[in-house]
Amino acid sequence: MRPLTLRRLFLQCSILVLILFVVVVIAVKFGAVPVSLYALGRDLWHVLLGQRADLSSDYVLIIKNIRLPRILLGIIVGASLSVAGTSFQALLRNPLADPYVLGVSMGASLGSILALIAEPHLSISPALASLLTPLGAFLGAGATIAAVYFLGRREGQIDSATLLLGGVIISSFLSAIIMFLMNTLSGNLRGLSFWLMGDLSTPLQKSAYWFLGIGFLLAAGAIYTTAADLNLLLSGEKEAMHLGVDVPRVRLVVYIAASLLTGLAVSVSGAIGYVGLIVPHAIRFIFGSDHRTLLPTAALGGAIALVFADTLARTIVAPTEVSVGAVTALVGAPLFIYLLRRRLS
Amino acid sequence: MSAGSAHARHLAEAGRLANEIRLSVEQVSYAYSANPAQAPLFTLEATSLQARPGEIVAILGPNASGKSTLLHLISGALAPLSGRVLLNGFVTQSLTPRTRAQRIAVVQQESALLFPARAWEFVLQGRHSHRRSLRFESEDDVLIAKNALAQVGAADLSDRWMNQISGGEKQRVILARALAQQPLLLLLDEPTLHLDIAAQIGLLDALRRLAAENRYTVVVVTHELNLAAEYADQVVLMQRGRCLRVGPPASIYQRELLEQVFQTPLSVELGSSGRPRVTVLSGT
Repeated sequence: MRPLTLRRLFLQCSILVLILFVVVVIAVKFGAVPVSLYALGRDLWHVLLGQRADLSSDYVLIIKNIRLPRILLGIIVGASLSVAGTSFQALLRNPLADPYVLGVSMGASLGSILALIAEPHLSISPALASLLTPLGAFLGAGATIAAVYFLGRREGQIDSATLLLGGVIISSFLSAIIMFLMNTLSGNLRGLSFWLMGDLSTPLQKSAYWFLGIGFLLAAGAIYTTAADLNLLLSGEKEAMHLGVDVPRVRLVVYIAASLLTGLAVSVSGAIGYVGLIVPHAIRFIFGSDHRTLLPTAALGGAIALVFADTLARTIVAPTEVSVGAVTALVGAPLFIYLLRRRLS
Repeated sequence: MSAGSAHARHLAEAGRLANEIRLSVEQVSYAYSANPAQAPLFTLEATSLQARPGEIVAILGPNASGKSTLLHLISGALAPLSGRVLLNGFVTQSLTPRTRAQRIAVVQQESALLFPARAWEFVLQGRHSHRRSLRFESEDDVLIAKNALAQVGAADLSDRWMNQISGGEKQRVILARALAQQPLLLLLDEPTLHLDIAAQIGLLDALRRLAAENRYTVVVVTHELNLAAEYADQVVLMQRGRCLRVGPPASIYQRELLEQVFQTPLSVELGSSGRPRVTVLSGT
């Protein structure tokens, strides 16, 4: 018997933090304008010593103003999507659940677009208006997962195949509405590929990072309080109840918090797919499926995966870029098929 | 001081009660309907029974007689239409899921796993209701889980994967998880369903020994006439949502009654253990 200890959890997280650091360094170094490691080290040294006047203009222009914010965004979005995917997998008892596959990301995209359309018509303060898009995304995500949940239920049980099929149908229905809206309305909306595929190139205000970071910590923290319950929920709702899990409460907390995570991520980066599918599977394979370690390690893993994928998206066809969602889909879709076939056999 | 002695008196009272009736099912009935406007599809008529610590109660009957429904009513998972179920004086249905799991363990027909788990991980799940939500397993939890595995003779299965052991071994590990809950009441829904005869007897021998040693009250749903006769202290005979008789096997096992309930010709004789033995007479 080797029950989980705080030490082991700490060790696993430390390893991933280290990997994340290496990936961040790579992401800072590579891009349309490469930066040498020596210059990076020198600039970091100046920042640490507080000698901001000595910083090279490259650093201020490229690294501080462009690459680091984008990396930070990748960390938060990747962690959010990964934790949301892990949660949906436990909640729906389906290892193939993922915000994108289930159509939840599309729901959040549509919610964001509707909020952006409504915003000019509402006379509210700019501070409130900036909350409108994430709120719309959250509501869109929540409504979609509720719809998928009810579509996937047959005779009181969640049917795996019906659930996935429901997600696919809802997803294509919602993306059709998005295309319709984008083609008929113009204005202050980001491009179609942003909402359907997702990317991390949109610059945000400084306050938005705080908002995202705190939102992530609150929602992921709420899910983490149910980590031990989620372990039991994997054996079925009835069995979890007999083992002492307050099933309706756990379901509500995870449902709301995971929708919030998806909504936050999508409102700033569009619908990036498969991060919530690949990362939890890889982490389970390495560290096991105990949610007390799975949730924090999947969050770190999601951050690593998305920052890395975004670095690829920025560099493979430099100086132009591809959507990071295209990169994650290129890797994720074949893996999805593999997992589906293994599950069916 | 008066508060202390009142507390001691209260404890003594609780102990005395525990030695008498632990489980009391009082006129419990239930109706299931898919649509509230329609007549119920299934009803369970008012049923009563009582059980003491260390006793094994078998709920016996053919398919669709209401055995599992009665078990779910006892577990508190279903709300009765009328009547109540008391465990040491508390209504089981009104306990929180956590408190309920500390007192009642339920062994289902089968346990599905989404991701692979080792036997010890599975057994430690039984400690869930005794831990605070995020706390890691204590040394006590590990000790109790190890002990539970040893009690069902499955200590050597501890590190095996759940999806790589036989049906009988799996059933023992599931039972060990229920023991790790340290319950007062152990409920089992057809635990011998997928087991061969040796595994069936092994499991029921273990149950009888555990009920005696740990003073569990055991309620087991089965349609195995001879296993119920051999192992139960009390039998609850059910047919089409009605409880026909409650009593020791000797008083329930009458040929006409069983033939009528199970709709098949059979003979009842006294076995060497002093308990009734049923032979199904096929083709006569």
